[in-house]
Amino acid sequence: MRDVAVVGFEQSPCVRREQNRNEVEVLVPVLRALREQTGVAGADCDFICSGSSDYLAGQSFAFVSGLDAVGAWPPVSESHVEMDGAWALYEAWVKIQMGQAETALVYGFGKPSMGDLPMTMALQLDPYCVMPLWPDAISMAGLQARHCLDAGVLTEREMAAAAARDRRHAMQNSNAQLRWDRSVDEILAEPYLANPLRKSDCAPISDGASAILLAAGDRAREICERPAWIRGIEHICEPIDLGVRDLGRSRSTQIAAEKAGVGSGKIDVAELSAPFTHQEILVERALGLSLDSSSQTVVNPSGGALAGNPLMAVGLSRIGECASRIFSGEADRGVAHATSGPCLQQNLICVLEGE
Amino acid sequence: MAELTAVVGIGQTKYEAKRLDLSMPGLVRDAAEKALVDADCSWADIDAVILGKAPDLFEGVMMPELFLNEALGGAYKPMLRVHTAGSVGGSTAIVAASMVQSGVHDRVLCVAFEKQSESNAIWALTISAPFSLATVAGAGGYFAPLVRGYIRRSGAPEDTGIRVAVKDRENALRNPLAHLRLEDISFDLVANSPMLWDPIRYLETCPSSDGACALVLENESLASKRSNKLAWIHATEMRSEPTMFSGRDQVMPQATLDNAKNLYKKAGITKPREEIDCAEIYVPFSWFEPMWMEGMLITEPNQGWKMTYEGATALDGDFPVNMSGGVLSSNPIGASGLIRFAEAARQVRGIAGEHQVDGARKALGHAYGGGSQYFSTWIVDSAKP
Repeated sequence: MRDVAVVGFEQSPCVRREQNRNEVEVLVPVLRALREQTGVAGADCDFICSGSSDYLAGQSFAFVSGLDAVGAWPPVSESHVEMDGAWALYEAWVKIQMGQAETALVYGFGKPSMGDLPMTMALQLDPYCVMPLWPDAISMAGLQARHCLDAGVLTEREMAAAAARDRRHAMQNSNAQLRWDRSVDEILAEPYLANPLRKSDCAPISDGASAILLAAGDRAREICERPAWIRGIEHICEPIDLGVRDLGRSRSTQIAAEKAGVGSGKIDVAELSAPFTHQEILVERALGLSLDSSSQTVVNPSGGALAGNPLMAVGLSRIGECASRIFSGEADRGVAHATSGPCLQQNLICVLEGE
Repeated sequence: MAELTAVVGIGQTKYEAKRLDLSMPGLVRDAAEKALVDADCSWADIDAVILGKAPDLFEGVMMPELFLNEALGGAYKPMLRVHTAGSVGGSTAIVAASMVQSGVHDRVLCVAFEKQSESNAIWALTISAPFSLATVAGAGGYFAPLVRGYIRRSGAPEDTGIRVAVKDRENALRNPLAHLRLEDISFDLVANSPMLWDPIRYLETCPSSDGACALVLENESLASKRSNKLAWIHATEMRSEPTMFSGRDQVMPQATLDNAKNLYKKAGITKPREEIDCAEIYVPFSWFEPMWMEGMLITEPNQGWKMTYEGATALDGDFPVNMSGGVLSSNPIGASGLIRFAEAARQVRGIAGEHQVDGARKALGHAYGGGSQYFSTWIVDSAKP
């Protein structure tokens, strides 16, 4: 395997509604900033890959306009996944492994504010037997949380603690959307939104975009003083049907984490993309982060998805947030997580390391 | 250095306007099972599943790979979903191939599908979204002016498109899987069909089809143990450019020319017309055969129509194109590109049945999409490079 690293990361601020900018207009300043940070223009990269969803834009081929933001001229070698940008990064990493690219631009973007997001997400479900019931995304997650509580997997207090921790961390992150300091008891006093989930248990709805530059070997060292080397990147998908999955753990995260070698060294920082507090706890456990109480791992220093959740970019941003802390020397080894589908159906794990 | 990769299994559904006998999971599984049988593999032998399809609005399911995971034997495996507009079927094969060529996986399943009968493609293509101009014309309305531009530039006779349509529809009669099989096909039948988007007539357009196509791809160490004929991937290429900007040549986009140049360079091809035995080209409207003969550098600029006129692209011509009947005969949009790639592989494996080109060894698979702006291609060969 070739040594490939994250050498640059930029993101737009996570906001509830990008009132006056379309996707391209959100993306342009992000790509410009990445060029300034790395000295490499996106259109000059050997490969470009993006992640987005037509259903967020409410329009077919919504990703096509991304090429305008890149300035893809002369024509570029480029691809797109209808997934979070974290999977676009995976495709680009594979392309570099093939020896067909030394540099790759990866970006993800989404404007969920244009529709009713929890209802839109119902369109991901089996269209014949489940979707016609219109189970919204928060209710689906609520079913999972209820299972976790009833099975004694976790407690509402643990969930509230995750909610408090992430938003407190986010106070240091100007790109985050939810930034506050509340006690666990204050959160537990909130009414239920979808029992047993309270509003604080849910990620916000965010518009936004993010972009990462990948580079191989010495090219990475030229661009970045301290590249965040990808030591393992794996993704696993579970069946969508809740009835055939163990909702009390994230088996796909666990498999991906083992394959990516998460446990083969200390983890200084973990950036998780779980959009609900109980899911964040399940992911932490699948990664083995919460087994050791003396653990030095800082979980979600950016606030994670619970503080800013631009769909289709949020997973890619976790990889970027993790890499940023390696760039700065704040961390030597970290793990980033991305998810897709109802109740943590599909998960990606990326292990990053500084030299 | 990239791993050598081969197409060892190919599966296709029967293409029809409405496959009311199959759900979406049933449709993709039918193609995938046939590919596994062809490859003599089981579901457990597959390391990862790569799924491609055109816009989600075509079926009304957001990211349908999530609910199709189980039907494709993808439980607890890596799964990736590709979407690059009309070229997506080709791009899906290229992304799947890269999973093997990179050494990340040994054997992958690549599937593309569309079930157009479950929604309305014209609606999905013309929906008016905030901040953007709705064309309200469907794909034909978008491409007709480009065809006009080509006719003006090349001086091609007005009946060139009719001749392409007749040829492809005759070929489809040799392909039992084709959706449109018009027994009474003739020049007059096409010429007298209604003009939809001048100069494109009804029978010069592709149908809306339900269908799926699947490939099993393997690395060299696995594939070399096989005794049957395989399709070795010699080169893949993808190129994209923006939809609109001042000075863009939409009739003969730079992206297709760059794509062709890079593809042939990687495949070690210097004289494409002589070295390539046959091609499956994405031709949703008849005129795109001569246009892409030029766009793929098979012939000189403005000379593509002559290949059609001289019968060069016929099944018995010197450069047969769309032996299967092409997109004009079967068009499950998201799968249409992968079908081109799969039919190219069938030719070099010598398993194309009634539409086999005698002695085909090297074949070109091609797909394009968006506003003539996304191109994906591959060269497959019966021999290793």
